[in-house]
Amino acid sequence: MELETSVKAGSSTTAKRKIRILVAKPGLDGHDRGILVLARAFRDAGMEVIYTGLLPTPEQVAQAAVDEDVDVVALSLLNGAHMTAFPRVKRLLERRGGKDIIVVGGGIIPDDDKPKLLKMGITGLYGPGTSFEEIINHIKQRVKKERWKGSN
Amino acid sequence: MLRSGRDSYWRSKARDYAAKRKNRGSLYSPRAIRDIQKGLEQWRREVYKPWVERAPEQKADPQTASGIQLKPVFFPTDVKEQDYSDSGFPGVFPYLRGVYPNMYRGRLWTMRMFSGFGTPEDTNRRLKLLLDQGETGLSVAFDMPTLYGYDCDHPKAHGEVGRCGVNVSSLKDMQVIFNGIPLDKVSTSMTINAPAAVLTCMYAAVAEKQKIPLPSLKGTVQTDMLKEFIAQKEWVYPPEAHLRIVRDLMVYCTRNMPQWNYVSISGYHIREAGSSAVQELAFTLADGFGYVELGMEAGLKVDEFAPRLSFFFNSTMDFFEEIAKFRAARRIWAKVLRERYKARSPRSLLMRFHTQTSGASLTWQQPLNNIVRTALESFAAVLGGTQSLHTNSYDEAWALPTEKAVEIALRTQQIIAEETGVTNVVDPLGGSYYLEWLTESLEEEAYKYFDRIDSAGGILKAIKSGYLQREIAENSYRLSQRVEDGLENVVGVNKYAVQEERPIETLKIDSKAQKRQIERLRKIRRERDEVKVRALLEKLRRTYERDDRNSIYPMMEAVKAYATLGEIVDVGTKVFGQWKEPVLI
Repeated sequence: MELETSVKAGSSTTAKRKIRILVAKPGLDGHDRGILVLARAFRDAGMEVIYTGLLPTPEQVAQAAVDEDVDVVALSLLNGAHMTAFPRVKRLLERRGGKDIIVVGGGIIPDDDKPKLLKMGITGLYGPGTSFEEIINHIKQRVKKERWKGSN
Repeated sequence: MLRSGRDSYWRSKARDYAAKRKNRGSLYSPRAIRDIQKGLEQWRREVYKPWVERAPEQKADPQTASGIQLKPVFFPTDVKEQDYSDSGFPGVFPYLRGVYPNMYRGRLWTMRMFSGFGTPEDTNRRLKLLLDQGETGLSVAFDMPTLYGYDCDHPKAHGEVGRCGVNVSSLKDMQVIFNGIPLDKVSTSMTINAPAAVLTCMYAAVAEKQKIPLPSLKGTVQTDMLKEFIAQKEWVYPPEAHLRIVRDLMVYCTRNMPQWNYVSISGYHIREAGSSAVQELAFTLADGFGYVELGMEAGLKVDEFAPRLSFFFNSTMDFFEEIAKFRAARRIWAKVLRERYKARSPRSLLMRFHTQTSGASLTWQQPLNNIVRTALESFAAVLGGTQSLHTNSYDEAWALPTEKAVEIALRTQQIIAEETGVTNVVDPLGGSYYLEWLTESLEEEAYKYFDRIDSAGGILKAIKSGYLQREIAENSYRLSQRVEDGLENVVGVNKYAVQEERPIETLKIDSKAQKRQIERLRKIRRERDEVKVRALLEKLRRTYERDDRNSIYPMMEAVKAYATLGEIVDVGTKVFGQWKEPVLI
């Protein structure tokens, strides 16, 4: 697995730029095993990881993302509330000046729910058992394409 | 063998072997051990090593799921120093071999299936169906707002009402859930922690309306707040405040509800959060000792309340390590309760436990394989001597289970009980060199952890510093990395994976629950005696402020006046504040 997230070629200022990622569980859901593991995997993959801690509201998540000027918000829910909480974070980001922040999600998300989330631009939607590599690659690709365009 | 009868070879063989089994010398005599040692060295040199040199073994470092390194095979020499008094006999100290003299020959474990969803009406129908099918042990699951102590109309409850279990916002909901169910005839397990005292009051209030006296109420509330802070993380207040309410409940129930198990000390969630078997064992028992100390500090005598403490463990895929864990848990509990806490009653010393198969071991991929996983896990629980068992359904990595999936899960237990013959003999794997060695290894590792937790300032400090949470997170990362690196395999996930389209049908929860619950709650608020409710909540607040008062009495009054769950929990928030977990990453 490629562990460095540096952007090759292009300007020297972005050469060592790291992906800033906020990880959060925006709901009444204490099942933090997955998100803690992913946070460490993101960090080992060279990202700067900010974790909100448990039980933030969607408002708090969106505000933290804007305040911390992150590239990506990674959401995880295992309690079945993803169809209310994920879109809410996305809409709040748009309202609070974080329109360009990439939103990815994961957890237990039935296939039927995916098209609506994808249409809103919430991608990934990984289920249990997905490899770190697949998730990290997805994030890197979106960041390169959407956040760092023009820098290489 | 193919044709002849009356072969004298077989006749004398059978006779001689039977005689030999009766008259042999001890397997563990110094001479026998010496002979085995000698033979073992020779075997290793002349047989094992050349064999492995020709064909290397599949794993570079075979180990248990906890990371205990494993030899290829075990011999009497591995357990030669074992003192058999440390094993003992079933039904007597130290209960290694089982808590009852004849175990499942007398009575099978209780097959207790956890259920609850949607509105109280939905759950009432499901419970009545289970009762009609012969169940007497009910087990109720609550939704996230209830678990966190929010009313169904709280903004944080939005989208979550009735989703992971049934919603309870006031006494009225509990009346509906248990409508037509005689509470003196059933035992009810309620998986509830932070607001466990409130739910206990509601249950007692329902009983009062059914004219059933409190001492005849049988059941369990989980109430294990220590493991909430360590693993499941469904809390409201800081740890000390929750423990104070747990203490009040212990004292109240010891006096008024003698058949109510007010704490179910749970390793299940600790394991699901990513810990190892060793950590599950050590942290759970450490929590258990914590509750013993809490009760004693409150002035109760250990033998007065220890018999009410029960345990709840996980059973997951490392078959032998799980069995060893259950056995070691019983032995440690008995020894420590006797040695350190001076418990004398056998009922204090014997550890009764419920087991649930591991949800985290179930895969989203190829979900039907989960039937096999659950079968193996429940088999380990039975071989480990569990008192009750919940088997997960194959579709639970996807959603709450369908009725069909629940039926297969229950049948899995019934097949083990009725068809395999394992119930005929108590602790049938006892004496296995490997299992006894592993049981001792886990016990030893647990003692080391107790010492580390003690050095970290005890359970409460170790929670507040995040030590225990980080220990689990580290192990869970180690496990994930071993799978990622292919050192451990999960069938259908990182090995033998296939592409599949919608392999199963799953349960859909309709979203009407939220609307219905909110309507009922508003009606309650309109119709109750508001002045009385306010006064009783104020009384509860004053009690919370005095640490030497028991808060269950005013809480019970508030519940009966239809103060809502959220209102009661909020009183505590105002006095104790909210908990913010230490930074873990």
